Amino acid sequence: MVIDWVFIVEKLALISGVLALSLGVAMYSTWGERKVAAIIQDRRGPNRAGFMGLLQPLADGGKLFFKEEIIPTNSHRFLFILGPSVAMLVACMTSAVIPWGDVLTIAGRQIPLQVADINIGILYIFGVVSLGVYGIMLGGWASNNKFSLLASVRAASQIISYELALGLSLIALLMFTGSLSLKDIVEQQRHGLWNIVYQPLGFIIFLVCAFAECNRTPFDLPEAENELNGGYHLEYSSMKLGFYLFAEYINMFISSALMASLYFGGYSFPGMDSLGLAPNLVTILGFVALFIKILLFLFFFMWVRWTIPRFRYDQLMRLGWNIMIPLALVNMLITGAIILARQ
Amino acid sequence: MQALTTRVKPVDRRPLTFVERLYIPSILKGMMITFKHIFKKKATVNYPEEKRPFSPVFRGLHILNRDEEGRERCTACGLCAVACPAEAITMEAAERKPGEENLYREEKYAARYEINMLRCIFCGFCEEACPKDAIYLTETFAPAHYERKGFIYGKPDLLIPDPKEKQTV
Repeated sequence: MVIDWVFIVEKLALISGVLALSLGVAMYSTWGERKVAAIIQDRRGPNRAGFMGLLQPLADGGKLFFKEEIIPTNSHRFLFILGPSVAMLVACMTSAVIPWGDVLTIAGRQIPLQVADINIGILYIFGVVSLGVYGIMLGGWASNNKFSLLASVRAASQIISYELALGLSLIALLMFTGSLSLKDIVEQQRHGLWNIVYQPLGFIIFLVCAFAECNRTPFDLPEAENELNGGYHLEYSSMKLGFYLFAEYINMFISSALMASLYFGGYSFPGMDSLGLAPNLVTILGFVALFIKILLFLFFFMWVRWTIPRFRYDQLMRLGWNIMIPLALVNMLITGAIILARQ
Repeated sequence: MQALTTRVKPVDRRPLTFVERLYIPSILKGMMITFKHIFKKKATVNYPEEKRPFSPVFRGLHILNRDEEGRERCTACGLCAVACPAEAITMEAAERKPGEENLYREEKYAARYEINMLRCIFCGFCEEACPKDAIYLTETFAPAHYERKGFIYGKPDLLIPDPKEKQTV
């Protein structure tokens, strides 16, 4: 058997690149979050550490590292440590199937800017995302604190409820595209119209559910400070808390990337194939386009957070089961009818 | 039931319609409001670099004045301490020795003159009470300090620089 070492090196480089990118973006999302919050509230936000406060995330990270590491006596030690690790791991795993760009040609080798172009990309994302709830569940349960437990029960039921609508809204999209591979979906949009044109309702459902999956306001009930003293990470300190907070931002980044890829053409941009530039340059421009789309989504996440208050729990459940799921079903039905009528 | 005032407003208690239960229209409305705030003027003043302008009658930290020849004007009469409603001023008087005429204007002066800036309410009564024009309130305010004793301002903190020394520099 011949081992293709170049292939392994290439993939390793890609994986570390993607990981570094998601960690970097997650880090600066905390800065962005504070800046957006400040600007929306007519304040200035962090501006002391470095130019425009750009060193603030480093200071925050350093602070978290030097905080005292507390593991409660009556907690389940192994699960207590496993919780944040799972949350972080799962958050990072999703990035594997997202196409960050088209093919780069370096020294005659075709390097696709995607870690793994598997033909069940979306299914994989679904599988991994549903594991994400374990991080929260384990953390909340292992802390042996009733507030944490309550928060993690909330998180679990919320994520399960909204995953249904998320899945249903995606099924309509998949019926339309006929492929589970994210690369195929993006390529289709590159040569045609963006999927948002065909699936506006599906996109709105997906967006709302993505907010719920990321535990972002208005669905941040697992972190409801006023009722739960802080939520599922109540007993956590130091970098374990940092992992939970970080995982949330990575999730935000990945779901932004996913929304951009599924509904907004991913790395493709209008007029991409008629620029007449070198293919490598077009690939890089495509990556930049995807990145801009992601940043816009991240801004949207923050903008919503600083606008809307948290839902009440029964409102949350009613919205999920009585509105989002029926809407997603209707969307699926309409899509099916249109596909049938076209044949 | 009869309303008790004429200012009663009827509250709309109809159940939410389907569109309202989607929350999306009202969320969009709220988001437009926050979006408008992005372009509003920031309320923050970047304090150490940027300072809010004070009104010309602002009463801040005190100074002890000197006359044209650089002699201290204060004669330790104690009128400021009496006038002070917060009892923030303490002083000890001393007699001018021969040869100190260039330091103190009159034959009595304040050997110790302290203002506790934590007690002071910056009312300006000391300034009004002073018969010798020795104490004035400026437009600066007391900077932060780690300890209480840092807020007790003695003569070195309060006295303005000697105008004669300034000329030589």
